[in-house]
Amino acid sequence: MSGSITAVTAARVAAARAHVPVPPWRVLAAGTVWLALAGLTLALPETGDFPRTAAFAHGAAVIGLGLLPLGLLGARLGGFGARLQHWSPWLAALAIALVAWEVVTAKFCLLPMPFFPPPQAILEVFLDDWPRLGGSTLNSLILLAGGYAIGAGFGFVLGVAIGTSKAVGYWAHPVLRFVGPLPATAWLPLAFFVFPTSWSASTFLVALATGFPVTVLTWSGVAGANKAYFDVARTLGASPSFLVLRVAVPAALPHVFVGLFMGLGGSFAVLVVAEMLGVKSGLGWYLQWAQGWAAYANMYAALIVMALMCSSLITLLFRLRDRLLAWQKGLVQW
Amino acid sequence: MVAATLQRHTDQARGASLHAEAVSHAFDIRGAPLPVLDQVSVTVAPGGFVALLGPSGCGKSTLLRLVAGLEPPDQGVITVGGQLVEGPDPSRLLVFQDPTLYPWRTVRGNVALGLEAQGVGRADRAARIDRALGLVGLSAFADAYPHQLSGGMAQRAALARALVNEPRLLLLDEPLGKLDALTRLAMQAEILRLWQEKRFTAVLVTHDVEEALILAERVIVLSDRPAAIRAELPVEAPYPRHRDDPDLVRLRRTILEILGQVT
Repeated sequence: MSGSITAVTAARVAAARAHVPVPPWRVLAAGTVWLALAGLTLALPETGDFPRTAAFAHGAAVIGLGLLPLGLLGARLGGFGARLQHWSPWLAALAIALVAWEVVTAKFCLLPMPFFPPPQAILEVFLDDWPRLGGSTLNSLILLAGGYAIGAGFGFVLGVAIGTSKAVGYWAHPVLRFVGPLPATAWLPLAFFVFPTSWSASTFLVALATGFPVTVLTWSGVAGANKAYFDVARTLGASPSFLVLRVAVPAALPHVFVGLFMGLGGSFAVLVVAEMLGVKSGLGWYLQWAQGWAAYANMYAALIVMALMCSSLITLLFRLRDRLLAWQKGLVQW
Repeated sequence: MVAATLQRHTDQARGASLHAEAVSHAFDIRGAPLPVLDQVSVTVAPGGFVALLGPSGCGKSTLLRLVAGLEPPDQGVITVGGQLVEGPDPSRLLVFQDPTLYPWRTVRGNVALGLEAQGVGRADRAARIDRALGLVGLSAFADAYPHQLSGGMAQRAALARALVNEPRLLLLDEPLGKLDALTRLAMQAEILRLWQEKRFTAVLVTHDVEEALILAERVIVLSDRPAAIRAELPVEAPYPRHRDDPDLVRLRRTILEILGQVT
C-alpha cells in the first residue's frame, strides 16, 4: 500500500520535473567553461616545469568542443541528451574548479609547490606511471576480492548457523561478543607475525573486517524473521533444510546486504592499512611509496583511483542487491 | 446417477474426522503457567464444518495450533482421521489471521510452497498451482508480489496456498478478522463454496457470531481463558444461509446470552 503510494509520488515528481523547461544553453555554457579552461591553461605563463600542460589543455578543449554540438542538438539526443542536460551544471562546476586549481597552483603558485601539484601533474602520473598504478590497483582488487569473498561467505554461513541452531548460538555468541567489536586493524601485528606471507595476513584481516558485520547482520536477519513464516512452512511439510534455505535465508537477505555494505566499507580501511604496513604492492603501498619519494602528484592520482575503485564496488553491490531483492521494490528505499 | 453417487461418496471421504479428547494446555509466562485450554473435547465428523466461538484471547487459536501439530498439548489426545497428531502434516493445514505470504515470492511462488516442500515435481506443480489459483480467482495475479495485493486478495492467496495441497482438514484461525466488512461477506461465501466443492473438514475459529452461524454446521461456544466448552449448538438451516433467517436470529441471541452479552 505505502509502496504504491511512494511509486505514485515518485512518478508525479518525475512528471513535474519533466515539465520544467530545462534551459537549452546549459550544456553550451558548460562547454564554454571547458574551452575557457583550455585557453587559460595555454595562455598564462607557468611558474614551474610541467611537461603535460599542453596535453591537459588539449583534453579540456576536446571536452569543450564536444559539448557544444551536443548542446545544440539538445532534446534530439533522447535519454543521453536528458542525462547530459541534468549533469551539465556539474560539468561546468568541475571545469570551474579545475580553473581555480590551475590558477592557484601552476599559474600563480599560491599554494606551496611540491605538496599541491597542478592538474597537469596528476594527468602526467596517469599518462606516464600507469603501469605501476594499474598494477597496484589490480593487486589491491585481487587482495580485496579474496578477503571479502572469504569473509562474506564465512560470515553468512556462520550467521545463518547461529540464527538457526541453538548449539552454535550458545558457543559462538560469547566469542562474537568478546572478539567482534575489536577493530580488524588491531590484529595487524599478530597477523603479520602468525601468517607465513604478508599476502595471507592481509587476506585474513580483510576477511575479518568483512566477516563480523556480515555474521551479526545475517544472524539478526534470521532471528528477526517472522516466526509465522516457519509455522506456515512446517505445516506444509517443510524439512529442516527447507526451513533454513527457503525460509530463513530469503527472509534474512535484506539484513545480509546491510552487513555486506558495512563489511565492504570496513574492508577498504583494513586493505589500505595492511598495504601501507606490510604488503609490497597495491594502492596503499603506492600511497606510502609516493609519500616516501615526495611524489605528491602520484599520491593524489592514487587517491583518485582508490575513490573510483571503492565507489564502483559499492555501486556494484547496490546493483546486485537490486537484482536479488527485486521483490522489495516499492517496499524499502535505501 | 451411479457415477454421481460414487463421486459424492469419494468426495465426502476426502474430509478427515477430528477428535480432541480432554485437551488442556498452558503457556509459560516468565516461569508461571498460564492455563489457556481446560479439558476441551471436540469431535468433528469427516467433511463437517464446526465453528469455535469465544472472546478474543481465550485460547481458540491455541487449540488450532495443537490440532495442526505445531505444539504438543500438555494433556489430552488429539487424533485426525484416526491417527494421533504428533507433528505438522500437510493434510492438516492452518490459515492464519494474517495471510503470512512470503514477501520475496510471487503469488505463484507462495502457492507452490507446500508442493516444493513435499518434493512434488515441477511439471505436476504448475498444473496444480494454476487450478488452485483459478479456484480462488487469482489467476490474473499469479506473478504479483504480496505487497501489491489487497487484504482480501492476500487472504485468497493464503487459501490457495493451503488448498493446493488438498488438505483433509482445514483449520481457519480468524481468517477474515482483518478484512473490511464487505470483503468479509464476499470471503465468507468463498469459503463456503470451497468447502462445498472440496468437502474437506473445516474448523473455523472466530469471535464473530454471525460468521459462525452463516458458515458452520455446529457452533461450539467457549468460555473466557482458560477456554472450556460452554455450549454446543447445531445450526440446521440449509445453505446458502441468510443473516435475517429467524432461526439464525434466535440462535444468535442464544449464543450472545451464553457469552454474557445480552441480559
